[in-house]
Amino acid sequence: MSRQKILNSLAAPLLAVAFSLVVVTIILFAFGSNVFEVFNAMAVYGTSPRSLTLMLNLATTYYISAVAVAIGFKMNLFNIGVNGQYMLGGMCAAAVAGSLNLPGVVAIPITIFVAIAVGAAWAGVAAWLKSARGVSEVISTIMLNFIALGLISYTIIRTNVGRPAALNVRGTEIIPPNGRMVGWNLLSPSIKVYGFIIVAILIGVLYWFVLNRTVFGYDLRASGLSASAASASGVNSKRMVVITMLISGGIAGMVGLPDLLGNDPYSYTLNFPSGYGFTGIAIALLGRNNPIGIAFGAILWAFLDVSSQILDIENVPREIVTIMQGVIVLAVVVAYELVRRNRVKSEQQNVGEALAQKESSAS
Amino acid sequence: MIDAPVAVKLAGIWKRFPGVIANSDINLDVRRGSVHAIVGENGAGKSTLMKILYGMQKPDEGTIAINGNEVIFHSPSDAIDAGIGMVHQHFMLADNLTVLENIILGSEPTKRGVINQQTALTRLTQLAQQYGLDVPFNSFVSELGVGARQRIEILKVLYRGASILILDEPTAVLVPHEVDELFSALSDLKAEGITILFISHKLDEVLAIADEISVIRAGSTVATVDPRTQKVSADDLAEMMVGSELPTPETRGSTVTDEVIIDVRNLSVLTAAGKPLVDDVSFKIHAGEILGIAGVEGNGQAEIVDALMGIIKSSGVLIYNGGDISKWSTRKRREQGFGFIPEDRMRQGLLLEAPLWENKMLGHQTLKPNSNGFLLTPADAKNDTARIIDEYDVRTPSIDVFASALSGGNQQKLIVGREMSSDPKFLLAAHPTRGVDVGAQSAIWDHLRKARESGLAVLLISADLDELIGLSDTIKVLLRGKFVADANPVTVTPQELGTAMTGVKKSDGIEAAS
Repeated sequence: MSRQKILNSLAAPLLAVAFSLVVVTIILFAFGSNVFEVFNAMAVYGTSPRSLTLMLNLATTYYISAVAVAIGFKMNLFNIGVNGQYMLGGMCAAAVAGSLNLPGVVAIPITIFVAIAVGAAWAGVAAWLKSARGVSEVISTIMLNFIALGLISYTIIRTNVGRPAALNVRGTEIIPPNGRMVGWNLLSPSIKVYGFIIVAILIGVLYWFVLNRTVFGYDLRASGLSASAASASGVNSKRMVVITMLISGGIAGMVGLPDLLGNDPYSYTLNFPSGYGFTGIAIALLGRNNPIGIAFGAILWAFLDVSSQILDIENVPREIVTIMQGVIVLAVVVAYELVRRNRVKSEQQNVGEALAQKESSAS
Repeated sequence: MIDAPVAVKLAGIWKRFPGVIANSDINLDVRRGSVHAIVGENGAGKSTLMKILYGMQKPDEGTIAINGNEVIFHSPSDAIDAGIGMVHQHFMLADNLTVLENIILGSEPTKRGVINQQTALTRLTQLAQQYGLDVPFNSFVSELGVGARQRIEILKVLYRGASILILDEPTAVLVPHEVDELFSALSDLKAEGITILFISHKLDEVLAIADEISVIRAGSTVATVDPRTQKVSADDLAEMMVGSELPTPETRGSTVTDEVIIDVRNLSVLTAAGKPLVDDVSFKIHAGEILGIAGVEGNGQAEIVDALMGIIKSSGVLIYNGGDISKWSTRKRREQGFGFIPEDRMRQGLLLEAPLWENKMLGHQTLKPNSNGFLLTPADAKNDTARIIDEYDVRTPSIDVFASALSGGNQQKLIVGREMSSDPKFLLAAHPTRGVDVGAQSAIWDHLRKARESGLAVLLISADLDELIGLSDTIKVLLRGKFVADANPVTVTPQELGTAMTGVKKSDGIEAAS
């Protein structure tokens, strides 16, 4: 039974990856590339110590982003605003961290706290709009993404939060060495694994624990499975929306921290990486909101991103990997739905079968 | 009649699903122009058989012959072409279309590509007169009651040329006088040579209308009787169906005490537009008392229940054990001893895609043994689920299967077990035995009676008037959100109660609401 379960949950993502490989193969073939050579180059480049470190670092960021999205998904809330939440949270955290001259054990928790608080507050706007005014969180979080971008540009360009931080780019004050989480040379002597990976793992463990071991998590999952049954069971749906959105935004606030605290220029500049929030949606879907599944999804996604760097040298457009990622997500959504229906159906049959056997052995 | 030719002949029908035999060697002869009833417990294989006859499923073995010609149906449209029509238990009508539009939907008569309503109306008027099915063709379906909707469904299949009608539990949604109307319409149809297959649980009705009755048990036809010539009673039929006697819902002796558990004062629920759904309703329930609310569905019962549970907004005062709890949240009410058996278990009672042991926690997730208020205690919850499954005879191979894998009756037993296990002081039971087979029904009644003896206050809502009369200590009749009459369950008959529910007239067992 449990082996069957594991097989069931692996079948969909594996099928989706295989399907996307087929699609990419066809495209590469159509453009006259040597398919085998391209894949081989990606595999060789992608598994070098340097690439693997980059992959882990990118996956750390993706993982936090995907968990932020997944906790909303668990109760059918669609937080598309992770992008704005992490950028705003990251900027505020960077500004505070840059102004602190304290030992790391004090400075780093303060930085993380600011990121969480700002991310949660930004998501809180959408939460309030939904619970008090019935505005769909899909619409409001998309809008808030743009407002966040505008706010960030304004703050860094027009206020004295911003200053020249790196080559020709304005950003927040450089974070002093004490306040950074630079990490360790685990795999490669030239590049470090982000220290924030520890926090990402903690987030995953906490996510699992809250969801599966607390009354709050039960209420949240019940709301996602059936809003009407949850409300009859005593869940206050409006409060649930607000709390979940705040948690999602709080986690989202930390998405920028691995880069900010672990990588040059240790400042939130106008060039700060954008778009992690949207990748998080894709990975949450791929990992089916499961903490382990999301980890695999994040690693796969990061591997594809990193190994695609070699494609320019192979004279193959790097976008081929974007196509592959897109196909994976589309295919996995379809595959999960098929697996889900199949599970519901096969359970009904199994129950019927088991009962029929019981009855025939009793009589 | 007996000599009429056979319209439908099913011979040696077998249908197996993986692990389950739904139909084994079904043999059925239905004569033209007769009402042939098919009775059997839930899960006996009635629906599978009807799906086979209507072309929705293919039999593994056996033959179907319509009017002497052997046929093979690949889809319902083949069955419709052969003159078979199905009236489903749940009506499939568009509320915002007129009756006429609903009937012709999908087979509209056209003239140069434009729908010709006049032709349709002429033909339908004629059909309606011929079969005595009176419906207002130009009204919107949303304005009509259940009885009229059913007549529309019947006309719909007749309009498509059906001469063999399958009626799936047609009386389940009707009040007694609507049942009488339906039966007189069926007699007219029969006289015009229409063949009717009538599927039902309600044995008294079957005896009243059927020319022949086939009993299905565990997938096989165990008997076919002719109630006109052979003497059979409802008890005989029940015995054939389940191999045991028919249970009755009667309670013996009063256990009502002086202690008022729940005191509802001036409860009102309004629609968003300000129209009252529940209109200034007041009542008290004592420890050990079952208060039954009778009423045609949609007269405010569901809203009373939801308001008492605190799920929807309401005005009025709610006194529980002497204290005002009007402001309490649903969770607080749950924690303080409100049990809830919802009317629609799929919607309010279960998480279909969650395992049984998680469903067992639903509504009691803040209480022992499910949690300590903050952290869940899955091990204790699982043990308690195993106990419920055992005590309440929930048929399942394990507590880890999804709730959706269980049959409706077993889902209901799980819900009843869950609510009783939390040691409630006040139970809101809406249709507690709906869709449950005879055996489970009497078990649920037993549990309700036992809890009543030990001092539980129960608000009972049921469309099954025998159940309502049998279990209740007091009955109130609800019409358009108001109590219009009180009935004494000792003297009132289902017919009297049914009449009072439609607000028609008063009779012996019924008094004006106090």
